[in-house]
Amino acid sequence: MAKDNNSMETMIRTKQANEEINKINKVVLQTDKLTKKFGGLTAVNNFDLKVSQGQISSLIGPNGAGKTTVFNVVTGIYKADGGKVVFKGEDLVGKKPHQIIKKGIARTFQNIRLFSNMTCLENVMAGQHCRSNEGTWTSILQTPGQKKEELEIKKNAEDRLKQVGLWKYRDELAKNIAYGNQRMLEIGRALASNPDLLILDEPSSGLNDKESEDLIIFLKFLLKEDLTILLIEHDMNVVMGISHWVTVMDEGKKIAEGLPEDVYSNPQVIEAYLGKDEEEEE
Amino acid sequence: MKLNKNITEKNSIFKNWMVILAAILFIILPFIINAYWVDVLFFFGIYALLGLSLNIVLGEVGLFDLGHIGFMAIGAYTTAILNATFGIPIIILLPVSAIAAGAFAWLVCSPIIHLRGDYLCIVTIGMGEIVRLTLNNNPFGITGGPNGVFGIDFPSLGSIFVVDNSTKFYYFIWLIVGLTIIGLVNLQRSRIGRAWNCIREDEIAAEATGIDVRYYKLLAFVLGAGLAGVAGNVYATKLMMVSPESFNFMESCMLFCIVLIGGMGSIPGVLIGAAAISLFPEFFRTFAQYRMLIFGAAMVAMMVFKPGGIWPRKRGAVKFKSLLMKAGDENG
Repeated sequence: MAKDNNSMETMIRTKQANEEINKINKVVLQTDKLTKKFGGLTAVNNFDLKVSQGQISSLIGPNGAGKTTVFNVVTGIYKADGGKVVFKGEDLVGKKPHQIIKKGIARTFQNIRLFSNMTCLENVMAGQHCRSNEGTWTSILQTPGQKKEELEIKKNAEDRLKQVGLWKYRDELAKNIAYGNQRMLEIGRALASNPDLLILDEPSSGLNDKESEDLIIFLKFLLKEDLTILLIEHDMNVVMGISHWVTVMDEGKKIAEGLPEDVYSNPQVIEAYLGKDEEEEE
Repeated sequence: MKLNKNITEKNSIFKNWMVILAAILFIILPFIINAYWVDVLFFFGIYALLGLSLNIVLGEVGLFDLGHIGFMAIGAYTTAILNATFGIPIIILLPVSAIAAGAFAWLVCSPIIHLRGDYLCIVTIGMGEIVRLTLNNNPFGITGGPNGVFGIDFPSLGSIFVVDNSTKFYYFIWLIVGLTIIGLVNLQRSRIGRAWNCIREDEIAAEATGIDVRYYKLLAFVLGAGLAGVAGNVYATKLMMVSPESFNFMESCMLFCIVLIGGMGSIPGVLIGAAAISLFPEFFRTFAQYRMLIFGAAMVAMMVFKPGGIWPRKRGAVKFKSLLMKAGDENG
């Protein structure tokens, strides 16, 4: 009985918080009944996600819940089988990844995907590809306009490298720097495209406690730059530490959403993570 | 830090001197050596141009193209047919054959550009062979079948500038190679070159970084084919005839070797590779029948001891081996 009361309370609180958030913050990214199937397996099933401007939203869930699939659908790597992905009032379904980053959604990958035989500076310069537009002929002839743009690209890249604290590694090959630095470099590359929404796929996996803490501080700092962040995370300390809004996913469905502390104590979430208590089941 | 900078500066000055010295040597060389060696150096130039063109596709973007000679054939036959039947001047046909080869590349590569690694390799082999066989079968009676097309003019601009002897051909091809190198170095340093390299490193990350992978792969093919078309044009005018047998599969393999031996994505590397392929047989005439054996052994030795090539691009070149493995992985 007490438990029911508790969950009731939570629901009300969540609702209030939800309304409050909607009032204060514009929703930047919203998925509406998003569905993605792989053969007979429904990886994402009628999934609704909401990301508010200027906040850190988290998507959590046990392994195989379909979190990364959601990210891949949002960023255009997979095509949705149903539903919508609305970003700033525009449906993104069917758009290619390189078009989506131009709209302002940049991402990182769970298993780091850097351009490993290129230098750190070049990696970040490549991140600005969608924000530059000199063509083949102007590049071959090195027109003044092309030179100017190239200089700008380089300058921006240098600023970004300093921001993620990798300035001293600028001429190192990306594959030669430490794992934690590679993570930061990937974030730097994503930031180089001047995104409105930054999607991070398990940014703290493989980092030690110190590096995770630094990452949290860095993400909080990014919020001040008028950036919205959506992250998938396993590390509960990170999620609880920085999230404004948490969505929990299991077997492709949304099972809960709300403020971090509410989600943390939600019985359904605990069940999804730890499994059902057998006694209770009987 | 300061010391480091000094060293790199010194290096670049040293490098500039090397380039100037090499250029001067190339200019005075025809006055020192005999006509035979001038011809050899001309073919070195042709191979260098072809190597540079394949380097765009194979070296910069990492696409396995074993039918590259087909593009050269398109360029050569465009020149030969338009010149021999309609008498259009060679100099005008130079850009025309480049455009023809580029357009052909765009046409055939559009549907296959999404293929990866070895799959693309097989399709390009087929493409190169189809081009050769088509030329051999004399479609509409315009390619002359196995005999090819005869009677191609010299390149000329009025009567003042006529390329009609070995020395002039030598300067002609190396002028083109020089201009190509300048253009390609500029491309390497631009966002286009970076985009190409990104695709070679990681296609999914490149796409997620905002690079239109399909467009840039096609661009590489079209540019590479266009350059091969130019090489075909010069080749046709030099020999004054073209025949399908000059464009067989072995030639594509040779071009592949040039890029691999020199270093993928490295322009000086390609020049070294082209030198190895075209000059080596001349120095060792007596071993002519063992040529392929030696090339094979050299390739194996390269794979084992220097997978990055003789002169890899400075920031760290891609190793051919790792590219093969990656392609294999992705095809699952």
